[in-house]
Amino acid sequence: MRWYAVCLAAVVVALAFLLLPVVAIFVHTSPSHLVDQLSNPVVRDAFVVSVKTSVLAQLLILIVGTPAAYLIATHRFPGRALVITLVELPLVLPPAVAGIALLAAFGRYGLIGTSIGFTQTAVTVAVAYVASPLYVRQAVAAFEATDPNLAAAARTLGAGPGRTFFRVVLPLARGGLAAGLALSFARGLGEFGATIMFAGSLQKVTQTLPLAIYAEFDQNFDATLAMSGVLIVISIVLLVGLRIGLGWQRSNSTQSSSLFGLSASS
Amino acid sequence: MAALELDAVELPLRAFRLELTLAVSGTFALVGPSGAGKSSVLRCVSGLARPAGGRIGVGGESWFDAGHVNLPPERRRVGLVFQDYALFPHLTVRENVEFGGKARVEELLERFRIASLADARPGRLSGGERQRVALARALARDPQVLLLDEPLAALDAHTRTIVRAELQELLAALDLPVLLVTHDFEDAAALADTVGVLVDGRLRQLGAPSDLVAEPADAFVASFTGANVLHGVADGTRVHLPDGTVLAVAEPAHGEVALAVYPWDVTVGLEQPHDSALNVVRGPIRSLSAFGSRVRVAIGPVSAEITAESCERLGLSVGSPAFASFKATGTRVVAVAS
Repeated sequence: MRWYAVCLAAVVVALAFLLLPVVAIFVHTSPSHLVDQLSNPVVRDAFVVSVKTSVLAQLLILIVGTPAAYLIATHRFPGRALVITLVELPLVLPPAVAGIALLAAFGRYGLIGTSIGFTQTAVTVAVAYVASPLYVRQAVAAFEATDPNLAAAARTLGAGPGRTFFRVVLPLARGGLAAGLALSFARGLGEFGATIMFAGSLQKVTQTLPLAIYAEFDQNFDATLAMSGVLIVISIVLLVGLRIGLGWQRSNSTQSSSLFGLSASS
Repeated sequence: MAALELDAVELPLRAFRLELTLAVSGTFALVGPSGAGKSSVLRCVSGLARPAGGRIGVGGESWFDAGHVNLPPERRRVGLVFQDYALFPHLTVRENVEFGGKARVEELLERFRIASLADARPGRLSGGERQRVALARALARDPQVLLLDEPLAALDAHTRTIVRAELQELLAALDLPVLLVTHDFEDAAALADTVGVLVDGRLRQLGAPSDLVAEPADAFVASFTGANVLHGVADGTRVHLPDGTVLAVAEPAHGEVALAVYPWDVTVGLEQPHDSALNVVRGPIRSLSAFGSRVRVAIGPVSAEITAESCERLGLSVGSPAFASFKATGTRVVAVAS
């Protein structure tokens, strides 16, 4: 009984520690004050830049990452383990280093010289670079968790590889893919280090919400609180969506491996 | 009906190389122990696995011919029913059947008595219902060949008997070559008119189920078809078992042999029998196991199959002494399995 009480206390302390800072953002200033700040041009511009670059980056990740993940999940080839490790490289790279690396590769005097440095395209590239492993590894797990016999059955029923993928594999992996996308989106939205190195922090062009929070920090604290509030709301929506997405897949599939897929890779 | 032909099909598997030549018209059951390569044969025929050599075709058309033809699964008109049925969990019963082909969906739903389940998802169906959906889906493809992988293995004992009878009826009505694989000889005998025993990738024996029982090629086939297999040394019409028992056989033999005695040829009694049976084994009853209206009685090295009624009349119980007797003509000498 005493041991149980100790554990319970630990849970309460941990929850308080994790939630208090989040709550503090909303109670530090009056809510109406926060809402007023949303019409502040710096906040508005940062919001638009963040949304635009995030959506573009996630589209890029989805279009390239999905077929790549499917190939990795369904084929055994020499060097497969190496490919999986390399895909996850940006995950362990410090974001600032990733930014410098992108500059060294795609900057004006980089390995592949381009003029995208310090433009909005650079923000998109930085976000895609840093966030993609979260989607790809989750997508690989989701595809691995779908029963290969179902794809085989579709083929024997007359469906070619394309129809098999879109009618059978994709719907079954949908929950896991959505979960991966939510994680990747959340990571991309919070991107700071790589973006500031590779794209700078120019209002209306490359200044995303996290960069604007840093820029406004010593000038307009209320604006930083408002932007933080926006990011928190988006995070909560993503977290809830993630739970629903995985729950959907669990109750709709005869296999229970989708949840395992997530826990094994994140 | 165009026959399915497998001509010297070769497939390297983990422990051995599968080599098979078959012509299937009617219903053919490939039986054998787990890991004999049975499912691999179905994967080769359906195009999910690529053989190393040989030819697979239907009628005159080649589906696979080493070196120059290898049609993908979607271009072979083949209906494959997977062991676990592989129904699409995200589609309804109707959508599952439609996936195979839209032309005869309503007819198939009616014929397989799944019309009332048309809007249900497979997760909510019983084993027998799932199998009917899988069969309907495979036939919706309008196949030239039907392949069944362990069609009864996923079912519990009770459902199994019912589904076996249903399947028997269905296969008899189909005008298609059917190739089914199973590890259960009884299922094979019930469903197929020809049975091939596959061991380590090769056909050990091929024939009607009754032929396999009447003249098993070797001890393996004998035990697979349900016989008691006893090993001993033959000296003419006498066979000496290691425990000292001497059994009489009808056809003389010499050296190490195996004897096959079918349980239904063995009589059980409480006293030393005085009849034409030359072979008598005496001992305590080792076990009694009932299935349906029949009882298996194990005495010494043999088991007998008798009716539950006889078992009750004799008052048999485990541990009590009894006699098992069988005629020399029912004691077949077979080759020791290689």
